Amino acid sequence: MAPLAPWIKGTLLTLGSIAVTMLGLLFITFIIGRVMPIDPVLAIVGERASQSTYDAVYLELGLDKPLLVQFFYYIWDVIRGDFGTSLLNARPVSEDIARVFPATLELATLGVIVGIVLGIPLGVVAAVRKGSWIDQIARVIALVGYSMPIFWLGLMGLLIFYGILGWVGGPGRVGIFYVDVVPSVTGMILIDSLIDGNWDVFKDAFSHIVLPASLLGYYSLAYISRMTRSFMLEQLSAEYVTTARVKGMSEWNVIWKHAFKNIRVQLITVIALSYANLLEGSVLTEIIFSWPGIGSYITTALLSADMNAVLGGTVVVGLIFILLNIFSDLLYKVFDPRAR
Amino acid sequence: MNLLDVENLWVRFPSRRGVFDAVRGVSFTLGRERLGIVGESGSGKSMTGRAILRLIRPPGIVTADQISLEGVDLMKKSEREMRSVRGQRISMVMQDPKFSLNPVMTIGNQIIEAYRLHNRASKSEAYAKSLEMLEAVSIRDPERVMRAYPHEMSGGMGQRIMIAMMLIPNPEILIADEPTSALDVSVQRQVLDIMDRLVKERGMGLIFISHDLNLVADFCDRVLIMYAGRIVEICDADKLHDAQHPYTRGLLNSLPRLDAPKDRLEVLQRDPEWADADSVSGRV
Repeated sequence: MAPLAPWIKGTLLTLGSIAVTMLGLLFITFIIGRVMPIDPVLAIVGERASQSTYDAVYLELGLDKPLLVQFFYYIWDVIRGDFGTSLLNARPVSEDIARVFPATLELATLGVIVGIVLGIPLGVVAAVRKGSWIDQIARVIALVGYSMPIFWLGLMGLLIFYGILGWVGGPGRVGIFYVDVVPSVTGMILIDSLIDGNWDVFKDAFSHIVLPASLLGYYSLAYISRMTRSFMLEQLSAEYVTTARVKGMSEWNVIWKHAFKNIRVQLITVIALSYANLLEGSVLTEIIFSWPGIGSYITTALLSADMNAVLGGTVVVGLIFILLNIFSDLLYKVFDPRAR
Repeated sequence: MNLLDVENLWVRFPSRRGVFDAVRGVSFTLGRERLGIVGESGSGKSMTGRAILRLIRPPGIVTADQISLEGVDLMKKSEREMRSVRGQRISMVMQDPKFSLNPVMTIGNQIIEAYRLHNRASKSEAYAKSLEMLEAVSIRDPERVMRAYPHEMSGGMGQRIMIAMMLIPNPEILIADEPTSALDVSVQRQVLDIMDRLVKERGMGLIFISHDLNLVADFCDRVLIMYAGRIVEICDADKLHDAQHPYTRGLLNSLPRLDAPKDRLEVLQRDPEWADADSVSGRV
């Protein structure tokens, strides 16, 4: 067999590792689904069904087959995007997830953008002016971000910016008059309203998302700025920074053209981690802001023992983590010649 | 005419336990010559080099009666004005090319950048100039090297690239801070020869900082011996082996010599009195 081109080999390896990780994840969710003390048949037919109905559903679910065969059925279902039916609303779980996930995606993306745009410059400045008042303020900002519980900050934010000042929209994704006004294409209202060209909906949706996104952004800012500061301090004491200064370069260029280029790889890891955390769905934020996202969806499902929904949600969250990991691996290779 | 005139240079680092004086009242001049500075670790030789370029960062404090470059006092220059001195008039090569080259930038971009910081030149001019400079430091296949990253280079190549990069704006003075200490012995000589040739061709002044007495004796014209932040002795390099100061003698005697084998080498003695004695002036 002829040797494969390196990029084909690389792609195959990547796909292989995704497959193996996914298989592991599915194995775990499958086992959890089987060991939970919830009878899946009973959950569907109800307690008053006759024995014959029970048996029929039992067979239909394939529960009479060996576990391994059941596992393969399960994988096959997941591959086709079938996570079973939700007990709460008798709809396919995949449809539910397709509805709630874009809400979380929208919120998390905006949040992480806030965290990056403010957190990185704050961290760089704190490192460059180490020990100065700017550094101290950055430290306090991050400390508050780490330690303040979001339900308190969220409620205070709503009280001040929505209740008293009226600058932002209240809980929910859009005001009641704008619900279902624009057709759902991506499920993200900001984007759907742009596609539809409906500025009123866009403005209203933005006024609703801005407060929860800023709060989530604040938490990722706290993390990103601290990490940026310590990465940057490490680079600023490196010898190549002295080289750049010896060349006669301005301090601004020394920082951004030389030192900053060297922390990009580490920053990607940090950003991917905080983004993944936000995509998992921040339950408390979603509840306070009545945001119908995946975090509150999984939590509600869990509390009502709706196992199909819980496991479906878990698989989706796991898939996001895997994809983000792959994506950051790819970016490493772009930014660091040593990783190529 | 002296290129550089350093008078009463002090480098201090305030700490919680009082002020640490890294360099204590050092004076010397540099002409178009090769001036060696030797001393053990912590004697202040590197700090002296960096203080000349005004590269000591806060909390470090540099004071001097003057650090004059062809009659103009660098101590009176603003940070902005210093930027046109650094690289263009005084440059520095550091110890280990593994750390002193930016790992995520191509070598080409780093050299081109050094040139274009001080010369108005188009990218293609700068590229041509960089190729020429790489050839001058005996780099084979310079086009390939321009596209490569520092981790793909050997130590000796890295240091030659460093020299090319630091000499491309045509400075008058080069400070070489232990330029061969991180290299294999087999390539040390080669790197030194290249540096020596370029410095001579361009009529530059060289400050060669090293802890290697024999190397300095071989390579330099004049040698300053530093101890505890002061200059304890100055001598011509070819007369280094007749040096008088007990510290210099101690350094020399602690080295093994092929022509005079010894069973047991001397242990270096350090007398606190030497540290307190006045610095010898190296001004000519």
